[in-house]
Amino acid sequence: MPDFSYVRSEMLPEKAPPKSEVGIYGWLRTNLFSSVTNSILTVVALYFVVSLLRGVLPWAFSPTWGAESLSDCRGILHELGREGHFAGACWGVIRERWTQLLFGFYPIEALWRPLVAFILLGVAMAPVLFTSVPKKLLWFSAVFPFLCFWLIWGGSIWFPLAIFAGLLLAGVAFILVTRYSGSTLVGVIATMLVPVLWWIFFTDPVSSAVHFVLPISLEQVESQNIGGFLLAVLIGLTGVTLSLPLGVILALGRQSDLPLLKYSCVAFIEFIRGVPLITLLFVASTLLNYFMPPGTNFDLVLRVMIMVTLFASAYMAEVIRGGLAALPTGQYEAADSLGLNYWTAQRLIIMPQALKISIPGIVSTFIGLFKDTTLVGIVGLFDPILLSTNIRADQAWNGVLWELYGFIGLVFFIFCFSMSRYSMYLERKLATGHR
Amino acid sequence: MSALPDPHNQGFRLSQLIYDTRYRSMTIQIVAMFGILSFIGWLIGNTNANLAALGKPIEFGFLGDQAGYDINQRLLDYDSQDSHLRAAFLGLLNTLLLALLGCITATILGVIIGVLRLSKNWIVARLMTVYIEAFRNIPVLLWILIVFGIMIEVMPAPRDFRSGEASMMLFDTMAVTNRGIYIPEPLFSGGFSDFSLFGDSALRFDVSTNLLIFLAVLFGGIYGARKLKKRADTIQNETGVRPTTWWQQLLVIFLPTILVLWAMGFHLGYPALKGFNFAGGTYLRNSLIALWIALSLYTAAFIAESVRAGIQAISKGQSEAAHALGISPGRTMNLVILPQALRIIIPPMISQWLNLTKNTSLAIAVGYMDLTGTLMGITLNQTGREMETLLIGMAIYLGLSLLISAAMNWYNNSVKLVER
Repeated sequence: MPDFSYVRSEMLPEKAPPKSEVGIYGWLRTNLFSSVTNSILTVVALYFVVSLLRGVLPWAFSPTWGAESLSDCRGILHELGREGHFAGACWGVIRERWTQLLFGFYPIEALWRPLVAFILLGVAMAPVLFTSVPKKLLWFSAVFPFLCFWLIWGGSIWFPLAIFAGLLLAGVAFILVTRYSGSTLVGVIATMLVPVLWWIFFTDPVSSAVHFVLPISLEQVESQNIGGFLLAVLIGLTGVTLSLPLGVILALGRQSDLPLLKYSCVAFIEFIRGVPLITLLFVASTLLNYFMPPGTNFDLVLRVMIMVTLFASAYMAEVIRGGLAALPTGQYEAADSLGLNYWTAQRLIIMPQALKISIPGIVSTFIGLFKDTTLVGIVGLFDPILLSTNIRADQAWNGVLWELYGFIGLVFFIFCFSMSRYSMYLERKLATGHR
Repeated sequence: MSALPDPHNQGFRLSQLIYDTRYRSMTIQIVAMFGILSFIGWLIGNTNANLAALGKPIEFGFLGDQAGYDINQRLLDYDSQDSHLRAAFLGLLNTLLLALLGCITATILGVIIGVLRLSKNWIVARLMTVYIEAFRNIPVLLWILIVFGIMIEVMPAPRDFRSGEASMMLFDTMAVTNRGIYIPEPLFSGGFSDFSLFGDSALRFDVSTNLLIFLAVLFGGIYGARKLKKRADTIQNETGVRPTTWWQQLLVIFLPTILVLWAMGFHLGYPALKGFNFAGGTYLRNSLIALWIALSLYTAAFIAESVRAGIQAISKGQSEAAHALGISPGRTMNLVILPQALRIIIPPMISQWLNLTKNTSLAIAVGYMDLTGTLMGITLNQTGREMETLLIGMAIYLGLSLLISAAMNWYNNSVKLVER
């Protein structure tokens, strides 16, 4: 075998990659300084970040947690030799007023009630949000709104429970009447009639009778004492839970073949979406009582909740309509060819898929709704922002602005950001991979 | 073949109203109509009874009454002797001004931020993500108040300009104070006088003839320049050589406009410190500036997200094809990606513009006198006419929204991809 010297008989060892491609240097080169424009952008961005942090950090790190008033803060900062308009933040206001920002003027001795409600809220939402939680807990989720109402507003426990009993009765009526009359239609009519009759004629006497026998009650809390993030969460939660079913109904109505139903739904949705929320809140605060029978006068919080729910349901309807429209026609046709009727097809085939498609939209509507609860301050409910104005009206904290706004913004950010992350998790979990 | 027996010849039975699909939809609709009409009737009946009990039936005569309040930022002449209708009209103009300014800046900012968020530059992309998350997760009302707070607390007071602590910007033509921003105003010393529309009514409107002439000449120039460009295109297509026309185009646009401006005695009125405040120039009140900035930044975050989604929806093959043709990244974005992405971006963008227009009603929180502040704010409180003011106000907002979405849908249809 001649020895061909021009053919290698063994592999050369691998060369190390060029220094400019690997390690920190390589990363910097590809991600920050890949071209002249990029380098300029990097420098500008860095300058911006550094100057922002240099402005904000020294201000935020100020040892004023224990201060009792703004002048106290100024004194502490003065001793440290920090002078001027932005010498340092005055965190004392947060220490003194955080309960107010979170709960409004809720009685201090009863603060355990919203806290318990909040913890129970976590328990009630767990089976809805995560699949790993036992489904039996859903029963608790169904009772929770009534329990929450009792915990926050107080009064006798039997009143909310009697209202809940109306829903149970509706279920019982549906099963019994359908079985004995053999017609679903009669069952549905009974399901609508029974709870309404119960609520109108029996709720009050039954709940007061039971209360007489077994008095379990909490001290009542007036609506105008409920404020801060407690109010925002209450309004947001009501809007979210009620607007989803309403939105589904409106979306189905808008897609319906029946012109009358269709155009009523279109008119409602377009009207609500065409006017700013604030005008609807004005309606809630000034006009809603006019629409009710003479002599009715119900709570402003309740009125605002109604309006916010209607507002959210119109947006929800549009989001769900988008989901319905995105569903291939084949799904509808498949349901038809299986001989499913309209409601069964909706329940088993259309809605699960349409709702899955619209998850991002639904969650962003929720986030929008939660952020919009700040507007209720304009009609005089104590949302966090109005409370911050209220705190500044105090002599001791007159002039504190950024600390309060920062705190409120941070809490909103935590709430909304975690909601959007949850929606991403849900999307990933439900993704079935056919795109 | 034997004909199938007609199943429906047994006569009409009442149960068919429910169980026969031909009649069921009719039944449902009639029941629903009955329900809806009786609900509306119930609402109207209640309202009438309540209003009659209060002794204020619905009538709109109060709109002609003297308003008696001042509007601090306005586009047309107004004083407190004017009617409520005039105040509402000026409020509407303020709403439109804010919406227009906000939509323009929000769109520009949103497109830039959306593109930058996809940048390969790590720090810029992260910075834009932080920006978008911050603005999307914090209420717009809080942003408005924060920007308003910055305007009031950080900007210098007019008296600081006297003592020399602060100075005017851009060669002493613009002053940024905590009361607002003063910019030079365009003035005509010669030319024609203004003419007023709608005579002496509440909707009276002075139109500057000079401005109209200027705009006419400007658009004429632009039209001429386009003609020149088209001619150059034709010549290029025929001969392969493109005549140089850029200086002709510039000349056609600018020469007549400058001549007309000079003939009408165009000059700028500069703001100047007089007493404790600035006088002259155009005054943009701090509340207007704060709303403008906050609404633009807030909406820009949402627009940026839809721009990002639109760009990402364009298949990668498009940019790869452009690169393979040797088109530079910047031109790829401008000529290949954005025109295609635009079709996806426009519908969500329209709804963001609508949102911005509706969010202008938050002006009431910082005291900018828009439609909500005038008609549904002070006029409502002064006259106690909740029903009428809210009805008019909501109708105007609704009309505005429907108008914008109709115009935009028309535009959207005109750029839509024609599919078979």
